[in-house]
Amino acid sequence: MTESTVVKTSADQLDERLIANASDPLGILRAFWARLKGGDLGSLPVVFGLVVISIVFYVKEPVFLSSRNLVTITQFAAPVGIIALGIVLVLLLGEIDLSVGSVSGASAAVMAVQIVNSGRPVIIGILAGMLVGVVVGLVYAFLYTKLGVPSFVFSLAGLLAFQGVLLYVLGSDGTINLPSDSWLLDFARFKFLTGTASYVLVVLIGLAFLATRLLSQRSRTKAELSAPSTVSILVKAALLTGGLAYLTYYLNIGRGWSYLWLFFAALVVAMDFALRRTRWGRHVFAVGGNEEAARRSGIKVTRIYLSVFVGCSTLAAVGGILGAAQLTSVSQATGTTDTNLTAIAAAVIGGTSLFGGRGSAYSAMLGILVLVSISSGLNLIGVDSSVRFMVTGGVLLLAVAIDSVSRRARSSSGRG
Amino acid sequence: MTTTPHQDAPAREGGEPGRPREVVLSLSGIHKRFGAVQALTDVRLEVAAGEVVALVGDNGAGKSTLVKVIAGVYQPDSGDIELSGRKVKVGGPRQAQDLGIATVFQDLALCDNLDVVANLFLGQERVKGGAIDEVAMEVEAWRLLRSLSAKIPSVRIPIAALSGGQRQTVAIARSLVGKPQVVMLDEPTAALGVAQTAEVLNLVERLRENGLGVILISHNMADVQAVADRIVVLRLGRNEAEFHTDEVTTTDLVAAITGASDNVVASRAARGKEQAHD
Repeated sequence: MTESTVVKTSADQLDERLIANASDPLGILRAFWARLKGGDLGSLPVVFGLVVISIVFYVKEPVFLSSRNLVTITQFAAPVGIIALGIVLVLLLGEIDLSVGSVSGASAAVMAVQIVNSGRPVIIGILAGMLVGVVVGLVYAFLYTKLGVPSFVFSLAGLLAFQGVLLYVLGSDGTINLPSDSWLLDFARFKFLTGTASYVLVVLIGLAFLATRLLSQRSRTKAELSAPSTVSILVKAALLTGGLAYLTYYLNIGRGWSYLWLFFAALVVAMDFALRRTRWGRHVFAVGGNEEAARRSGIKVTRIYLSVFVGCSTLAAVGGILGAAQLTSVSQATGTTDTNLTAIAAAVIGGTSLFGGRGSAYSAMLGILVLVSISSGLNLIGVDSSVRFMVTGGVLLLAVAIDSVSRRARSSSGRG
Repeated sequence: MTTTPHQDAPAREGGEPGRPREVVLSLSGIHKRFGAVQALTDVRLEVAAGEVVALVGDNGAGKSTLVKVIAGVYQPDSGDIELSGRKVKVGGPRQAQDLGIATVFQDLALCDNLDVVANLFLGQERVKGGAIDEVAMEVEAWRLLRSLSAKIPSVRIPIAALSGGQRQTVAIARSLVGKPQVVMLDEPTAALGVAQTAEVLNLVERLRENGLGVILISHNMADVQAVADRIVVLRLGRNEAEFHTDEVTTTDLVAAITGASDNVVASRAARGKEQAHD
C-alpha cells in the first residue's frame, strides 16, 4: 500500500481492496447488490411485499388504496404495532415472548377496572395497566436470568396465566365499556393531524433529517473520514420530505394521520435511536450476537435482559391499553385471539431475525402494515376470516423462511 | 546432546539500545491449587516493557492457569503480582483491564453481527451527549489499526466478513483500547494459515515496538522462536527453564517442555542432523 499517493483519501477509504467506492453511484449500486447476494436483505422483502399486496388488492378492489382505507389501516395497525416493537427487542436477544397478547389484555383489563369500577382518573388507570407490564417483565427477567428458564417456556406459561388474569380482573361482567367522554378514547379514535399542521410536521421531519445528516457529514469530514456528499444528503432529504408530503396529502383527502399512528411512529423512531445510537442499544445487539463475548467485554448481560423483558412487556401493556381505547371496551377476548401471533409475525415479517442480533425498530412498523393491509384487503374483497388466518399463517411462514435462507446465505458469504 | 538451560536467566540487560527495559509485570511465588491438584507451584514470571515473553509448556503444564491468574479470572492461593514495581491484587477480569493487563483469549470473543468499530469498543463505547460517538470511535479505530499496520479493508463491515487473521487483529487491537501495559495472547496463531500466522507475528512485534510487555502463549515452537525475546518453559506447574531465544535450539526447548533430553522428538531431530552431515 503506498500511502503517499493516496494522502488525500479519507482514512477509511485507504485500503486498495475496498472495491465499493461510496462516492461513485455505480459503486453504491454494486455494494447494494453484493449485500443482497450475501443475504443482507434488511427490509427489502417486506417493502417488496407491501408493493405486491397493494397491487393485488387494488386490482381486485380499488377501494383498498383509497384514502379512507389507508387511514383506517394506519390507525388500526398502531396498537399491535406497539406490541410488535416490544417483540423486536426480545427477538434481538434471540429470545421470544409468546405472552404479549395476554399481557396486553390483562393490562387493558386492569386499566378498565381502575377507571370504570374504581372511578379513578384515566391517567391512573393507564399507569396501573403499564405497571402490570413492568411487573411481568421483571418476573420474566428473574425467571430467565436467575433460574435459567427458557423464554419460550415461561412466556407460554404467561400466555395462559395472563389470559386467566384477564378473566379474573374482568370478573362476572365479562365486558367493561370505557367511558366515551375520556380523553384516552378521544385520542385513540377521533384525533387526526390534518391540514396545515400535518404539512408543518412533514417539513419539520425533513429539516430534522437534513440537519442530523449534515451535522454527521461535517463531523466526519472534520475527522478526515469519508462522508456522504452534500448533494446525496439533499436528494435523500428531498425524497423523504416529498414522499411524506404526498402521503400526507393523500391521507388528508380522508381524515389524515391518526394521533395513534403518529404516537406509534414516534415510538419507533425513538426506539431506533435507542437501538442504534446508545450504549444500551449497542449492548442489546452484542448480547444477541454473542452473549459470552458481551459478558467478557464487561457488559452487564443480566441488566440487558432485564431492560429488554421489561421493555417488551411494558410496550405490550401500552399497546393493549391503546387497543382497548380504540375498541372502547375490554372484553374477555381482548388480546387473546390473534394479537400474540400478529405481533410476533409483524416483527419477523418486518425483517427482524428470529436468531438474534439482527433487526431494526422499523421492522415492527413495516411488518404490522403488511399484516393489517392483508387482513383489510381480504375483508374488502369479502373473504372469510378462515382464509385470513390461513393467509396470515402463510405470510409468517414465508417471512421466517426468508429469514432462515438469508441467514444461510450470510454465513456462507461471511456476513454473520 | 547436552542441554544446560539457564535455570535463572535474568531479564536481559539493556536489550536493544535506546529502549529502557523496566519490568512492568512481575509474578513471584505463585501457588494455585484445584482440589487435589497443585496446578502452579512457586511460579515466577517477569515481563519488561518492549519485551515478548513466550510461555510454553505441554498440555497441563499450567500455562492456562497462569494466564487466568494474571487475567484475574483465578485468584492465586499465594504469591505476589507486581505491576511496575507496585504490588497489586487482580480481583477480576475487569480489574485486570483497569490495571493495564489486557488478554486476548483463544476464542477471541467477538460479536459476528457487529462491525469492527463496535467490536473494538464493545463495553467501552465513547459517548457524546447521550449518543454513541461513532466518529471519534472510528478515528480511534483507524489509529489503533494503523499503529498495528493492520490490514483491515473497512471498519464498517461485520466481523463475520473477516478472515481468521483479521479477526485476530481486531481482537488484539481491542485489547489496546484501554491503553494497557501488558498484553497476553493465548494461542493467537492456533487456527491460522501460514500467511495469517505471519501477519499475527508481525502484530506481536508491533506491540513490542510500541513498548508493551507481551506474554505469548503458544504451542508452536517456530512462532515462539520467531518473535519471543525470552522463553519461559513451564512443566507440571513449575518453572522448568528459561531461555533467551537467540541462545536456544528447538531441541533444547522440546527437551525442557517434555522434561527429558532423550525423547522421541529429540532423537528424531538428532538422527536427521547426522544424516544431513553425512
